[in-house]
Amino acid sequence: MKRRNFLTLTAGTAAGAALAACGSSGPSDPGKAGAGEASYWFLSGPPGEKPRTGAVERFNAANPNGKVKITTFQNDAYKDKLKTAMGAGQGPSIIWGWGGGGLKQYVDAGQVEDLTDFFAQNAAVKDRLFPASFGPATIDGKIYAMPSETVQPIILLYNKEVFEKTGLKPPTSWNEIMALVPQLNAKGVAPFSLGGQSRWTNMMWLELLFDRIGGTEVFNTIYEGKDPKAWSNPAAIDALTKTQDLVKANGFVKGFSSITADSNADQALLYRGKAAMMLHGSWSYGIIQAEGGNFIKDGKLGYMNFPAVEGGKGNPDDTYGNAGQFLSISSKATAEQKDIAKNFFKSLFDETEQKDWIGTGGVPIVKDAESKLSASPDADFLKFIYDVSSKAKNFGQSWDQALSPTAAEALLSNIAKLFTLDVTPQQFADNMNAVIGK
Amino acid sequence: MTIAPPVVRTAPPSASSAGGSGSVSWMAWPALLSFTLFGLVPLVGVLVLSFTSWSGQTEEIPFTGLDSWRSVLTDPGLPHALWVTFLIMAVSWLVQTPISILLGVFLAAQHRYRAVLAVLYFIPLLLSQAAISITYKALLDPNFGLGAGLGLEFLQQDWLGNGTLALGVVVFVVSWQFIPFHSLIYQGGVRQIPASMYEAAQIDGAGKIRQFFSITLPQLKYTIITSSTLMVVGSLTFFDLIWVLTAGGPGDATRALAVDMYQRGFRSNLMGPASAIAVILVLCGLALALGLRRLGGRDQADSQMEGA
Repeated sequence: MKRRNFLTLTAGTAAGAALAACGSSGPSDPGKAGAGEASYWFLSGPPGEKPRTGAVERFNAANPNGKVKITTFQNDAYKDKLKTAMGAGQGPSIIWGWGGGGLKQYVDAGQVEDLTDFFAQNAAVKDRLFPASFGPATIDGKIYAMPSETVQPIILLYNKEVFEKTGLKPPTSWNEIMALVPQLNAKGVAPFSLGGQSRWTNMMWLELLFDRIGGTEVFNTIYEGKDPKAWSNPAAIDALTKTQDLVKANGFVKGFSSITADSNADQALLYRGKAAMMLHGSWSYGIIQAEGGNFIKDGKLGYMNFPAVEGGKGNPDDTYGNAGQFLSISSKATAEQKDIAKNFFKSLFDETEQKDWIGTGGVPIVKDAESKLSASPDADFLKFIYDVSSKAKNFGQSWDQALSPTAAEALLSNIAKLFTLDVTPQQFADNMNAVIGK
Repeated sequence: MTIAPPVVRTAPPSASSAGGSGSVSWMAWPALLSFTLFGLVPLVGVLVLSFTSWSGQTEEIPFTGLDSWRSVLTDPGLPHALWVTFLIMAVSWLVQTPISILLGVFLAAQHRYRAVLAVLYFIPLLLSQAAISITYKALLDPNFGLGAGLGLEFLQQDWLGNGTLALGVVVFVVSWQFIPFHSLIYQGGVRQIPASMYEAAQIDGAGKIRQFFSITLPQLKYTIITSSTLMVVGSLTFFDLIWVLTAGGPGDATRALAVDMYQRGFRSNLMGPASAIAVILVLCGLALALGLRRLGGRDQADSQMEGA
């Protein structure tokens, strides 16, 4: 009896250990396509699933001999599944992703097709799209992904009702933000909502502060990975210090480091009036519309681009966020599957798909979408997003997507500690300098 | 206690199946096979991977000798993760063991209302860890949770946003879920103690408390060792609970070894160092299980029922 207990225990530990080793293929793959079919995996759930599925259905109806077969996953499940499937050579023909550092790993491993020639031969496909959307799809001067879907800049959202009731004005600069913080706290409203446990939410603050204070080259130097002290740039230290100043002044809602963005509790704090402002991706609009009752209909949601920092070198028109989603073609796919995928890319952004995306409160990354925005009930917001995205001299990619997964995880883990005041700006810079280029 | 041999023996045992062990050894095969397949083989795989710098994405696996081990062993995150793991293990043992023993003793008595209570106590064990974590996370939310809803000041702490409190919450939730299981083990253990011992103690004039410390506890020695082994080794692999509750945060306050392993392997794409941590986990588990076995295993020949 005892012996068996012991064996079971050991087996239990080993099973835990096996977690780290499971990279092998499981039983037969649900997403595997048959002959004459290209498989395509993407994220399930609103707002994106309906437009994505619709585009595939219309393509399949028009191309009965070369269909696209879809399999959908939830966000985190998708990331893990894709990672293990690609490692085992069992990935889909069309890979749905975020571009940047994650795409670069696939490029380095020779797992995705070079699409530079495809875009050269199909200039019409390329020229329709926002030029900025090709940034995260381009690695070492070559294009490895088809930009698609919508543009999602990071914006400062605020609750107009809170500002009316408290008699305060939304901020137009960093100093005004710091002045608002004690005033809002005195009225019992948290200045900023933040889903800090998700960590990338905190990262958005750094992205914009780095940009407003030091301009685009601060992060670009980090991204290029040649300067081993890039994080120690005085502008970076200044931005990190300002972030901690805001934390220390109780700028963020109480308990922010245990709030997750996945639960949308951070959005709820804003529309319920418990927090006055929130820095978040433009997709927040869709979430608040779905969950916030009449908040948007009653005109209570305010929004603006992140304000300037006094004395900063950055252009206040610049923005950060997702310049689109990115579809790559697996180099393991057969010639037939690759052709189907390329035909599918050409079919994207038809009238119906554009309308579907606009219906979700998103701006499709095609230039001809602008004229369709005014017909939408959310025209004001959509035009604002279109303006922010098209005026931006620099549309920066989310840092955790731009960097390699190794550096991104180090970044997120240090950001969490920065916001809980467990590391000083100097320690943060030292820790991050250590993973430059990794 | 002895088991009586069969009264009638129809045929003498043949030479091939002589001895009891020969005829039953096949019973170990299914377990051994699945243990080899799902325990030992992955273990060897992990050991091999710990000498590589595989990203998890490529088909070729680059061998880089001791690089992964060097990076893990020199990382200040490792002692921290070990400390967090140890803390969770020690505190949850300290919380669970006394409560489980008392509950087990209470439930061992044969009363109908106690049987009903036993069923109720058992419920937390039937729930999945992820579901429990999500529920507690919602209940403890500083803005929309129980404290805010009921307006109770003392419940309105930043439960999962303060390092010490978050660690406390993890221990609490672990205990909440596993105390029923360990109570069950102790209940069984207490029922094995012969009633004659208590009768003798009563004649000698020992009260209930004296009986508990002089008879129940010493007789439960092996049960305590079994239950502690399960607790201690089990706590090494707490992952889902911590991951859902705190994701290792705030900062890295609850970043235990298993969480650290997952973050390195599946977030940073560093399968080599993650495998090295997995090996460290296995070694810790083996050392602890063996150590605890030693505690009670030296005098195996001794009867568990001294004086019975």
